[in-house]
Amino acid sequence: MDSLIALLNNFIAQWPTLSLVIGLIALPLLPLIISVAMYVWWERKVIGWMHVRMGPNQIGPLGLAQAFADVFKLLFKEITVPEKASSFLFYLAPLLALVPAMAAWAVVPIGDKLAWSNANAGLLYLLAMTSLGVYGIILAGWASNSKYAFLGAMRSAAQVVSYEIAMGMALVSVLILCGSLNLSDIVNAQAGNKGLFDWFWLPLLPMFVIYFVSGVAETNRAPFDVAEGESEIVAGFHVEYSGSAFAIFFLAEYANMILVAFLASVLFLGGWLSPLQGWGLGLLSAPGWWWLFAKAFFMAFLFLWFRATFPRYRYDQIMRLGWKVFIPITIAWTFVAGCLAYFGGVTIGPGVNP
Amino acid sequence: MNRVLNYFKSLFLLELLQGLWITGRYLVKPKYTMQYPMEKIPKSNRFRGLHALRRYPNGEERCIACKLCEAVCPALAITIDAAPRASDGQRRTTRYEIDLFKCIFCGFCEESCPVDSIVETDIHEYHFEKRGENILTKEKLLALGDRYEAEIAAARAQDAAYR
Repeated sequence: MDSLIALLNNFIAQWPTLSLVIGLIALPLLPLIISVAMYVWWERKVIGWMHVRMGPNQIGPLGLAQAFADVFKLLFKEITVPEKASSFLFYLAPLLALVPAMAAWAVVPIGDKLAWSNANAGLLYLLAMTSLGVYGIILAGWASNSKYAFLGAMRSAAQVVSYEIAMGMALVSVLILCGSLNLSDIVNAQAGNKGLFDWFWLPLLPMFVIYFVSGVAETNRAPFDVAEGESEIVAGFHVEYSGSAFAIFFLAEYANMILVAFLASVLFLGGWLSPLQGWGLGLLSAPGWWWLFAKAFFMAFLFLWFRATFPRYRYDQIMRLGWKVFIPITIAWTFVAGCLAYFGGVTIGPGVNP
Repeated sequence: MNRVLNYFKSLFLLELLQGLWITGRYLVKPKYTMQYPMEKIPKSNRFRGLHALRRYPNGEERCIACKLCEAVCPALAITIDAAPRASDGQRRTTRYEIDLFKCIFCGFCEESCPVDSIVETDIHEYHFEKRGENILTKEKLLALGDRYEAEIAAARAQDAAYR
């Protein structure tokens, strides 16, 4: 142990910049990876409870070590590559799915201006990163040279592209109200003294619902999980993946789910603002990262609740919902949001200039 | 009118919320899963599990090789050979085998036995590791009977009034 610490000190002394970069990368990613593992455990528990089962309870206290046991199982497994697969793309695809899912976290603020990058165009960057993730899925399906994987990839591509529009429109309405692409500004614009009624979920309620449902569709989760569709196309785009390559897809999917949960909290539920803000209740009214995490936890719980409740949509129903229901509603509500902003129907927090 | 109503019903996600409400209720419902190897459900005295051959308290085996069990066995799982015993010439089995792969645990052998020799115990947790272990020989059956005589006798005594 001492020699390990000495080695580490030596490394930091020799390459200070490199160590700093590695540290800055590891600092948000390690908690993220651990929370993905705990989220998987929580998912299995919650779905178990909703099925009147107990969920994993054998490995570790309350089965908490189950997720880590699964991770190590996957890491020790062999990665098989189909003979006719394009092996370069086959290996590239999981990375393409993972990198945007992790990179997007750079702009997510957990406090006022408290983000890895307090970028001016943070929302734009997020939109770009979340859309890039689909390339990993498409490449995986195509490079596997398998019919099922290809079908899954095609479904996923069409679905993600369709819901991207509704999602983008939902974000536009947020932008109209607060007039900034910076995520910290968006949260600050939701400050006020009416408690949780100052947040954007109220004036933008349909957009909030649409944003979250689109987020579920974007991450290929039930009831929109036709890309996996285990009853029809085995496992969709990752049929041919095994071992750690599959683990990376898994990690990317869950990291994306947590990201969508955090974004929904930041954009519509007032981020780190207290739901009792402005009511003068001391610590209960004070803003803090714990509010953001509590909101994100609830939104992440909704993902699991949906999965335990709804049957999978038929493919044409997904397309109908995306194009013929969500997009018209978002367009109409963007207009409403414009009117609200123009006639001053929504109070904007101090320090933000729309 | 109905179409308009349905449109608004689906627009406001009413049925989806109903579904969420149901699963939400199940989330907090108490779970009644039995943690099987650690917790066990009590078994009936009439449970029909692994077979055993019993003895009288003086150590004499009960079976008199009447072959009623072999005759009644619907799965033809029982094979019996009989011969006079060398020491005193009494009719006894020289071979008494039950093939557990054939046995359907119907309990007819136990019911047909005039001397309560062949019985089914409440043991259901057993396994085979080698080919041939599925055949319960006379020695194995008698050993099972010796080992579980107390439980077997207690179960029979409890059930005696209803037989």
